[in-house]
Amino acid sequence: MRLLIKAGRVVDPANKIDAVTDILIEDNKIALVDEQIKIDTDLTIEAQGKIVMPGIIDMHVHLREPGREDKETVASGTAAALRGGVTTLLAMPNTTPAIDNPQTAALLKEIINRTAQAGVLLAGAITKDRLGKELVDIPSLKKVGVVALSDDGSSVDSDELMFMALKRAKREGILIICHSEDKGLSAQGVVNLGLTSTRLGLRGISCESEYKRVERDIKLAEKAGAAVHIAHVSCRKSVDIIAKAKQRGVRVTAETAPHYFTFTEEAVLGYDTNMKMNPPLRSLDDLAAIKEALHEGIIDVIASDHAPHTENEKEIEFVRAEFGVVGLQTELSAAVSELIEPGILGWPGLVEKLSVNPARILGLKKGSLCVGSDADLVVVDPQRVWQVGKEALVSRSKNSAFLGKVLKGRVEYTIYNGKVVYARSA
Amino acid sequence: MVWTRKDLLGLEDLSKEELELILATADSFKEVSSREIKKVPALRGKTVVNLFYEPSTRTRVSFEIAAKRLSADVINIATETSSVQKGETLIDTGTNIQALKADIIVMRHNYSGAAAMLARHLNISVVNAGDGWHEHPTQALLDIFTLKEKLGRIDGLKVSIIGDIAHSRVARSNIWGLTKLGAEVTVCAPPMLIPPAIEQMGVVVTHGIDEALQHADAVNVLRMQFERDTEGAFPRQLEYFKSFGITQERLSKAKKDIIVMHPGPLNRGVEISSEVADGINSVILEQVTNGIAVRMAVLFLVSQGHDKKYETTN
Repeated sequence: MRLLIKAGRVVDPANKIDAVTDILIEDNKIALVDEQIKIDTDLTIEAQGKIVMPGIIDMHVHLREPGREDKETVASGTAAALRGGVTTLLAMPNTTPAIDNPQTAALLKEIINRTAQAGVLLAGAITKDRLGKELVDIPSLKKVGVVALSDDGSSVDSDELMFMALKRAKREGILIICHSEDKGLSAQGVVNLGLTSTRLGLRGISCESEYKRVERDIKLAEKAGAAVHIAHVSCRKSVDIIAKAKQRGVRVTAETAPHYFTFTEEAVLGYDTNMKMNPPLRSLDDLAAIKEALHEGIIDVIASDHAPHTENEKEIEFVRAEFGVVGLQTELSAAVSELIEPGILGWPGLVEKLSVNPARILGLKKGSLCVGSDADLVVVDPQRVWQVGKEALVSRSKNSAFLGKVLKGRVEYTIYNGKVVYARSA
Repeated sequence: MVWTRKDLLGLEDLSKEELELILATADSFKEVSSREIKKVPALRGKTVVNLFYEPSTRTRVSFEIAAKRLSADVINIATETSSVQKGETLIDTGTNIQALKADIIVMRHNYSGAAAMLARHLNISVVNAGDGWHEHPTQALLDIFTLKEKLGRIDGLKVSIIGDIAHSRVARSNIWGLTKLGAEVTVCAPPMLIPPAIEQMGVVVTHGIDEALQHADAVNVLRMQFERDTEGAFPRQLEYFKSFGITQERLSKAKKDIIVMHPGPLNRGVEISSEVADGINSVILEQVTNGIAVRMAVLFLVSQGHDKKYETTN
């Protein structure tokens, strides 16, 4: 099987390439990167005017399986991933039951082997049932292929336990991902604390509940000498803390999600529950800080925090509605619209955030288009404008913050493991 | 000025002209209640459903009387054990009422934003009769109507709102309505009952009751809802009365003809003394009377409004 991608703008920052060139794929590997490849092929994709980049590695996805297959499954979530240019994703462990033991992890792996359309990596919980009481057995989880640990949705409140988790993670060479939130400070809040919560008459979630915990998690990681990754950074103070920690050499990396650089808290003013997520949409100043941090490399990664919820859980009173939005199919387009277009990031910079850095942080041999690497690629039309509608979303849940929004940049082809697994038809 | 809204969800959304139209319409309806036959046919053949998820006597009765004086048919649904517990969603309840061919739903709900959500999903009118801590537009409208009736204007008036601003929908609606009409609004409460960034809504914040009363043309005294204090955030009743209660003594240092308002029901001896509540500065019962005219105006106007119909047919 030979596949040729012709004359696209190949953006491959891992190899310092940003040039119009051809790429030849043989079987599931990249065979040749060169101008004007002339060879017989099974399929040729004409990519003039298109961006050719490594497949997106989304470090923050909730596939909901096992337990909440009404919201999403491995099959439906990975189908959505391919349409968004995501070829590898990290599945968060807050399923029912949680991925906190090798048996459950193996069960999920079996489902993945049977039904996944894209690459799925497993994150395990830090503590049993994600209750923050008792640490999981890391070696046994590692043995079944768990690549990172997170109690996502919750933070480990106990400093002692978190410190111990970080020490053990360091010993086992596994990454800890932090959902940094002090629920004692954010208790029962549903929107950003401030003018918006006051106008809406809703309980607020302060930035403090986030950055204080970011500060703690970094401090503990520093003390333990462990690597730590801060999930879904939403506010300026968290950015400042991460920047300082990086300066003094702490092994900290950070991610944000497209909604935090696209919307501010004002988007919640009509009580749209598709604008309800945790952490909440913040102020214009926070949004500016997130964009600056992406530009300066303080935030390393863009991840969707794809969080599917059914209409029954979203089309209800704002206070009762679940937190979270789907995002696999819109993350690239949102980034093109909000980061490339205004010049916050160039294409190489964006590919670093979406592919290169996630691969590095998770220790994957991906995110590169050099000869011999896995043939996971995306062909993007950077100029194509589209309006996000429910009908375009193949996730089981349609709770997108981007519904109705016009975005620029669209995935034309997704190639996973050397095969064209998605080609845009409409 | 032509009214176009099918719903009245809050005063934050309304323009100055729309507020003035409601007040003028209320003014023309006020006289109906003093007729021998207290009825006009403005809503004859229309059905108004009062859907109350929180106990309320005063507001519900006021809406019912308003609707009946407009010749509408009125159905009251009191869902004291909320339908959430019965399993039906708010949207399902709403679409069922719509399927019964009702024309207007007047809803009181304990969650902020519930009226907005319902309105988004229905073609029929929704009037917010209080949603959580968010807004209680008709209460603020009747407060403003009463003030205007007493003092002849709103523009330039100094109005102080005293009490639990953080958890008060009455305060929010009053702030929006009064500031849009040109009043200078001061809010006064202990710090824990002032919500963050409220000064950005165009009000002055004070924690001193004497300061709030000093130059005020009117004072709106909020009910201290001690029954809702689940967080232990409130001062104790007696302590509150000592620091913030409106007494004759405090009033004696204010303008002689200061207007004293209260949305009811009163906690005598907690936020207001009996002497003041029943005194010459009090317009509390006139507010109740004016509530009917204001609600008649709102019901009449939304029945004329046709904007923002829900996209899909039901």
